[in-house]
Amino acid sequence: MQTRQPLVESPNGALELSNQEIARYSRHLIMPEVALEGQKQLKAAKVLTVGTGGLGSPLALYLAAAGVGTIGIVDFDVVDESNLQRQIIHGTSDVGRPKVQSAYETLEDINPNVEVRVHEEALTSENALEIFEDYDVIVDGTDNFPTRYLVNDACVLLGKPNVYGSIFRFEGQASVFYAEEGPCYRCLYPEPPPPGLVPSCAEGGVLGVLPGAIGTIQATETVKLILGIGEPLIGRLLLYDALGMRFREMKLRKDPDCPVCGENPTVTELIDYQEFCGIPQAETTERENGVPEITVGELKQKMDHGEDINVLDVREPHEYEVANIGVRLIPLGELPQRLVELDQDEYFVVHCKTGGRSAKAVKLLQDAGFQNVYNVKGGITAWSDQIDPSVPKY
Amino acid sequence: MPKVKIPTPLRQYTGGNAEVEVGGATAGEALGNLASEHPGLRQHLYTGDGKLRSFVNVYKGDEDIRYLEGQDTGVADGDEISIVPSIAGGSAGGRCR
Repeated sequence: MQTRQPLVESPNGALELSNQEIARYSRHLIMPEVALEGQKQLKAAKVLTVGTGGLGSPLALYLAAAGVGTIGIVDFDVVDESNLQRQIIHGTSDVGRPKVQSAYETLEDINPNVEVRVHEEALTSENALEIFEDYDVIVDGTDNFPTRYLVNDACVLLGKPNVYGSIFRFEGQASVFYAEEGPCYRCLYPEPPPPGLVPSCAEGGVLGVLPGAIGTIQATETVKLILGIGEPLIGRLLLYDALGMRFREMKLRKDPDCPVCGENPTVTELIDYQEFCGIPQAETTERENGVPEITVGELKQKMDHGEDINVLDVREPHEYEVANIGVRLIPLGELPQRLVELDQDEYFVVHCKTGGRSAKAVKLLQDAGFQNVYNVKGGITAWSDQIDPSVPKY
Repeated sequence: MPKVKIPTPLRQYTGGNAEVEVGGATAGEALGNLASEHPGLRQHLYTGDGKLRSFVNVYKGDEDIRYLEGQDTGVADGDEISIVPSIAGGSAGGRCR
């Protein structure tokens, strides 16, 4: 039944299933592609899921249910209310708790036969190799570029497969990056985009069920690799469009000049991935290009004193509908065309959700010749926190 | 005319359209025309000196144009050009973790 070398050799007599486990895994055991031997391979397998968020939730749940013997989980975050729309390993009562603790309990409840290893720490260049060393497969369920490059490079250096998934709004990508047999993440994306150019899910949003689709694909690929069955996504990039409900597939090739898995690699140890992704530089630029700010407290005072100020909200109309403080709405995208509506000699205060878009708006107004323009630090979120909790946070 | 598939993060620059038809005999021409018709896309596709950005992958059908003839790859009526950008996920700050 095997179509390729399984990642985990059959443990044969070294590992047995209890009668209770045989009952639990009966739907696997009756399939010749898995059968008793395959179930033992799963039990012997060690899988690390990096991140217990949107992708890590379905992924870890299914791997535990399938009987993967050892599941490592790495995360340093705590469960937030806004996670619950998609991070189904956590529940409402877990808000405020460390994600790894919450995930640990859910996984143990689903399958007490699984050994869940908790790594409650941030994955860094210092600890990644040591953490990865012990696992057969690494599954990338992270949410940022520096960690994706870190996971990739560590996997290449250790010769381990990296089961990749990524999501944004209604779209997802999945692949298996396994430099021993095919391309790695850097062969596909040699360089990360500069910070700020690509919006994150926190800014752009994500359909709650989307990580379910992609995380489940990652779990499927992980099980196939362990068992050595079927055709893995090595050398193929699967694109999923939830709105069009279409899957497409792109060919990936190993780049002979790849800096980490190519013929003459220049990256032979883990590097500083923050630096590589331009994060410190971007923060410096942001500081240097800083726009004048006003706190929500100061703004409240000015409004209460009836000062002659114009407060602008530069979010989108659908956000305004969720929460607003009763001020004029001009979405950032429309601002350049609507400058004529504003008197540049007046005093302007601009807000958005958390301060990012309004900073751009302030810059835009300054460039157009406005002298007195201030950015509301922390946006409407800070207003809700500090001034008026009746304004919902979203 | 060839069709260019626009990924979600870039659709805000094409009036929400997931697919745009543009003229051009090569992938490079088609992308150039796309950026001219939708100026907001330009900075996402090209660097300041007019080179295609390295984190933007362009496919003709299911082949990366890097492994065809790059921007000189010929495109014909009905060919599907896809822009496949790198996406990371949820984090706003790009923290290393």
